[in-house]
Amino acid sequence: MTLDPITLSVIQAGLQQVCDEMDLSFSRAAFSPVIAEANDRSDGIYSAEDGSLIAQGAGGLPVFVGTMQYSTRTLVEMIRDGKVAAPKPGDIYIVNDPYLGGTHLMDVRFAMPFYRDGQIYCWLSNTGHWPDTGGAVPGGFSASATAVEQEGLRLPPVRLFKQGDLDPEIYSIITSNIRVADQRIGDVKAQAAALLVGEQRLNELMDRYGDDTVTQSIAELRRRAAVQMKAFIHEIPEGIYTAKAWIDSDGVVNEPLEIRLAVCRKGDRLTFDFSGSSAPCAGPMNSVRATTYSSVYLAMRHIFPEVPMSAGAFEPLEIIGIDDTFLDAQYPRPVSGCAAEVSQRIAEAVFAALVAPLPDRVTAAPAGTSGNFALGGNDPAKRRDFVMYQISGGGYGGNADHDGLSNGCSTIGISKAPPVEIMEQAFPVLYHRYSLHEGSGGAGLHRGGFGLDYEVELRRGAARASFVMDHGRFGPQGVLGGRDGEVNKVTVWRGDEAYVPEHLSKEQDIPLSPGDRVHVRTPGGGGYGDPFTRPPEAVLRDVQLERYTAEQAAALFGVILKGQPLVVDADATAQRRSH
Amino acid sequence: MTDRTPGAVVGVDVGGTFTDLVELDQKTGRVRLSKVPSTLDNQAYGVLNALEAAGVDLAALDLIVHGTTTTTNAVLERKLSRTGLITTQGFRDVLELGRRTRPQPYGMKGQFTPLIPRDLRLEVPERMDAAGLVVTALTEEAVRKASQTLIDAGCESVVVHFLHAYANPAHELRAAEILRDIWPNTHITMGHSLLSESREFERGVTAAVNASVQPLLDRYIQRLTDELGQGGYTGEVLVMNGNGGMVSARRVSQEAAKTVMSGPASGVMAAAYTGRKAGLGNLITYDMGGTSTDVALIRNAEPTVSNEIEIEYAMPIHVPMVDVRTVGAGGGSIAKVNPAGLLEVGPESAGAAPGPICYGRGGAQPTISDANMVLGRLDPSRLNAVDGGISLDHIRQIFARELGAPLGLDATGAAAAVIRIANMKMAGAIRMVSISLGADPRDFALFAFGGAGPLHASALARELGIPRVMVPPRPGITNAIGCVVADLRHDFVRTVNTPLDSLDSTLLPSVFAAQCAEGEALIAKENIEIRNIKRIYSVDMQFIGQTHLLRVPLDRPDVAPATLRQLFEEAYFNRFRVDLADIRANVVNANCSVIGTRAELDLSALIDPAERRETLDAALMTRRDVFFDDWHDTPVYWRDHLPERFRIEGPAIIQQMDTTVLIEPGDVAAADGQGNILIEIGGAA
Repeated sequence: MTLDPITLSVIQAGLQQVCDEMDLSFSRAAFSPVIAEANDRSDGIYSAEDGSLIAQGAGGLPVFVGTMQYSTRTLVEMIRDGKVAAPKPGDIYIVNDPYLGGTHLMDVRFAMPFYRDGQIYCWLSNTGHWPDTGGAVPGGFSASATAVEQEGLRLPPVRLFKQGDLDPEIYSIITSNIRVADQRIGDVKAQAAALLVGEQRLNELMDRYGDDTVTQSIAELRRRAAVQMKAFIHEIPEGIYTAKAWIDSDGVVNEPLEIRLAVCRKGDRLTFDFSGSSAPCAGPMNSVRATTYSSVYLAMRHIFPEVPMSAGAFEPLEIIGIDDTFLDAQYPRPVSGCAAEVSQRIAEAVFAALVAPLPDRVTAAPAGTSGNFALGGNDPAKRRDFVMYQISGGGYGGNADHDGLSNGCSTIGISKAPPVEIMEQAFPVLYHRYSLHEGSGGAGLHRGGFGLDYEVELRRGAARASFVMDHGRFGPQGVLGGRDGEVNKVTVWRGDEAYVPEHLSKEQDIPLSPGDRVHVRTPGGGGYGDPFTRPPEAVLRDVQLERYTAEQAAALFGVILKGQPLVVDADATAQRRSH
Repeated sequence: MTDRTPGAVVGVDVGGTFTDLVELDQKTGRVRLSKVPSTLDNQAYGVLNALEAAGVDLAALDLIVHGTTTTTNAVLERKLSRTGLITTQGFRDVLELGRRTRPQPYGMKGQFTPLIPRDLRLEVPERMDAAGLVVTALTEEAVRKASQTLIDAGCESVVVHFLHAYANPAHELRAAEILRDIWPNTHITMGHSLLSESREFERGVTAAVNASVQPLLDRYIQRLTDELGQGGYTGEVLVMNGNGGMVSARRVSQEAAKTVMSGPASGVMAAAYTGRKAGLGNLITYDMGGTSTDVALIRNAEPTVSNEIEIEYAMPIHVPMVDVRTVGAGGGSIAKVNPAGLLEVGPESAGAAPGPICYGRGGAQPTISDANMVLGRLDPSRLNAVDGGISLDHIRQIFARELGAPLGLDATGAAAAVIRIANMKMAGAIRMVSISLGADPRDFALFAFGGAGPLHASALARELGIPRVMVPPRPGITNAIGCVVADLRHDFVRTVNTPLDSLDSTLLPSVFAAQCAEGEALIAKENIEIRNIKRIYSVDMQFIGQTHLLRVPLDRPDVAPATLRQLFEEAYFNRFRVDLADIRANVVNANCSVIGTRAELDLSALIDPAERRETLDAALMTRRDVFFDDWHDTPVYWRDHLPERFRIEGPAIIQQMDTTVLIEPGDVAAADGQGNILIEIGGAA
């Protein structure tokens, strides 16, 4: 039987639809706001032989784009080697071990074998970010953990559902080790129900088009996805493109971590060589192999959004040189920062390397931090403990088409930040400001977007503030002559005393009393192109809008303003720019 | 009560391309229709042109109901009135910062232009906390100073938007009072007045949309009523809202934001009305035009309403509106072969200009409309009428070259592939919409309208397992018909946010009673005959710990908490197949819609009965070859000539002024006696 290209397109759309329905089902029924509102989850179909990606939901969190195939692959291998009990129909495995193809512990993966005629045909799998999996701090983002055991409960692949029924014994172990356990059953049921939706829809698809047609289509789609990726790779002239990117510190040892990247385009292949990057670190800013791979894939998908999510698309991409670096941490290195922070820096390195050969497609560096601020304490008015999370966005990089977006979400995520009013309803805090981080956009022909500037006060009780952020030491990189975006700044006001964390962007458990304030300014995006070529009128407009001062206009853009109301002093500007 | 039953009623809908009009005269049964190009700079001219084209006698006309895109276009194109914002100190950037998003999951480019620029966003010292207690008193002098600054800057309208004003509006009310003293201005919008819910970005954007379109809508309505008055019109003008109800033109601009999406909403109202009269209460509406396709769900003859519409990226308007989802593709969607050698249709579109190749306006890329032309589904003789004089061979050559060659197909095969992929994509999108609303498409009929809807509906229905397609008499002017049949409608949302087990059993009945009283008072103010008052109650609930809400319809206002729990659990299980009996539930919102129902209208004359032929054969225009899985010699009927009762086995085509209805092989079309065509998929019925 030969496959016509139309049937292929139909099967491709059908497989995509199965995954999209799993995504939708999971989000709509989930309890955790991280899944329900922020869509911090992903669903997909993976091959029975080696777990390679067949299709994945379009609305999944970008950082999961590559991880789940490694997670499923590891599971398949462990079953084959007898290290994990073999499945029966209706079984669903649960696993969150970062070193077995994962991210951080909070990303809990479910995997269910999909049977046709009594044989495992493929795997349906999903990942959801649980609000807590135990460990030293609520939520799992400990800035000073030095071993994974401090970060939470680590689950090897075990069958949480056995032939359709939840195993109450395994479940009781989990709920005994995590916080707010009573609501987790809602997420567990939603996560399992999404797989069952996928099972039903995939069966319908195969019944309709026939198993042989679907099987051949999957193989052919994989081959063609590789062809498509190769076509994009050919947009990059042959050669080697290098870049570096830095993490402020690991939260424990106050020294920068460096990512070194050399991208080599040769023929159909693109090789990402990370040799020379920093060694595994003591604190939680390690990445694991699957997350590192996934970060490269998602960066490529940001550059080429047209690429289908299929193992075939990743085949022409080769990632090397991560052994013995912090991009391939081994047990028991702490890893809570891998998905939220390190992954974004890996993507930044990919952008920085490829902007020269792909100047129309690639942007200057985005803010690249999830801006995680956690406040835990006791609210005497409500007589209960609380944990509050404030995530925040930052500026995106300028690009060939226009200025960068302000307060965009993290590179690896798609989640919205909570409104100030909701935060104040739920927690004993008062925000004094929630505004643009003025002056933060990196100067350029097209400047970076602006970060966020907020200041929040503890109103009552006692609390501890923790930060897992980045880009406090180095701003997001400007490109092609553009300047770096402004760095992330954290200041804690205790009475009249201003306290700046030693690691700038990371610290754990800073005690706060009522009236104390936390002031955070998030990074601006990198600038794109020479700022002295930015039209003076555009600079004037930014000054009128108080995004930059007149002094910054002169210093950063070489634009001299005069008069009241302000106008461009064309002669002085020309003179200034000629130097 | 005096007889205010209108005799002649006009519904007129201004769309992006055409202004459509229908006049129904209740007393004589006469119907007049017209379709003229929209005049987007001043939509009133298009309206007058449409009235003239239909030959409407303004002096003898009793009622005009108007759907307008004035506000929607103004927002999307940011052609807004100069508007200022006065807000809480420290929060002027809320409207620009949004919720930390980007336009697309992949791709780091993207832009956002706030409705009000930063130099017109001013801060004043004041602060409430979440409980509505004053943290910082309002500095009244600062309000005066800010007002003067905005006046000097040439602002026409102003938004007063303070944090937590939904909990305590005292500062907003006082600031508005001060404003009015020094700045006599009817265009003052307070943040809490349209939407009294927390979430400062969404509430603020809703208020900013309202303020920045108010002067535009006011001026437009003034121009329109002046022009109509000069033409001799003395009756009422009502304007459609996005909730599918209508309000007096005199009051519409107070809540101008509610007119956004009024066109798509009126189409859905027409569908609900038509379906109900034909005994089909559960419909998925499918409106395919040249550039986009809109989908909505109707249950028990009631369109689904949402309070969380986002009209474009980061532009939420949180007032109740008919939940119309745009699912992409239209007739102008472009087909291409991607580098993997696979055929893709959309998301790029040839739009209205240059449009598909067959428009003859310079379009050179193959589109869905062109594929329909190549397959004989659209009438090729229409090509002669277009400006450029495009030939069918020319289109076939492009299909063969651009798509056929890389796919190994001839022009026909390529066109058939385009249709197949486009239908598969649209079916998938419709499925996602219905699932996200908790509905299985197989339980619905597909209501096809818009210029291209009836051309694809049968194939989509087959793909979705939908048993039946309904094609109304005038699919191309459905929005205008929606205006004619619309009711007066007011929607209310009150946030209760109380755990069910501590809910006072008198709370909901008293909230509903207050909502009903307010709605009935508003309806009584309108000079319109009402048949009866309908009240629709629902609550939005969730399990504690969840953020999503599930709407639970109530058939009466005094439902006991124990019953609420049961209704919620049933609704939850039906939706998610998950049973969570051990978790406590929360009642978040109490919703009430008060609807003043108008007299029934007879729509059966939308196709002039005098045009009917006695037999099907007499309605036959021609026969031509049309491609399905192969070429079929296919009869083409003229819709207006079809007899009152008929049964047509596919393949067949029914052509009419405003659309083409495709009946695929194996399907059976029949008249329902009310002017609609029902197509049974697979012929079963």
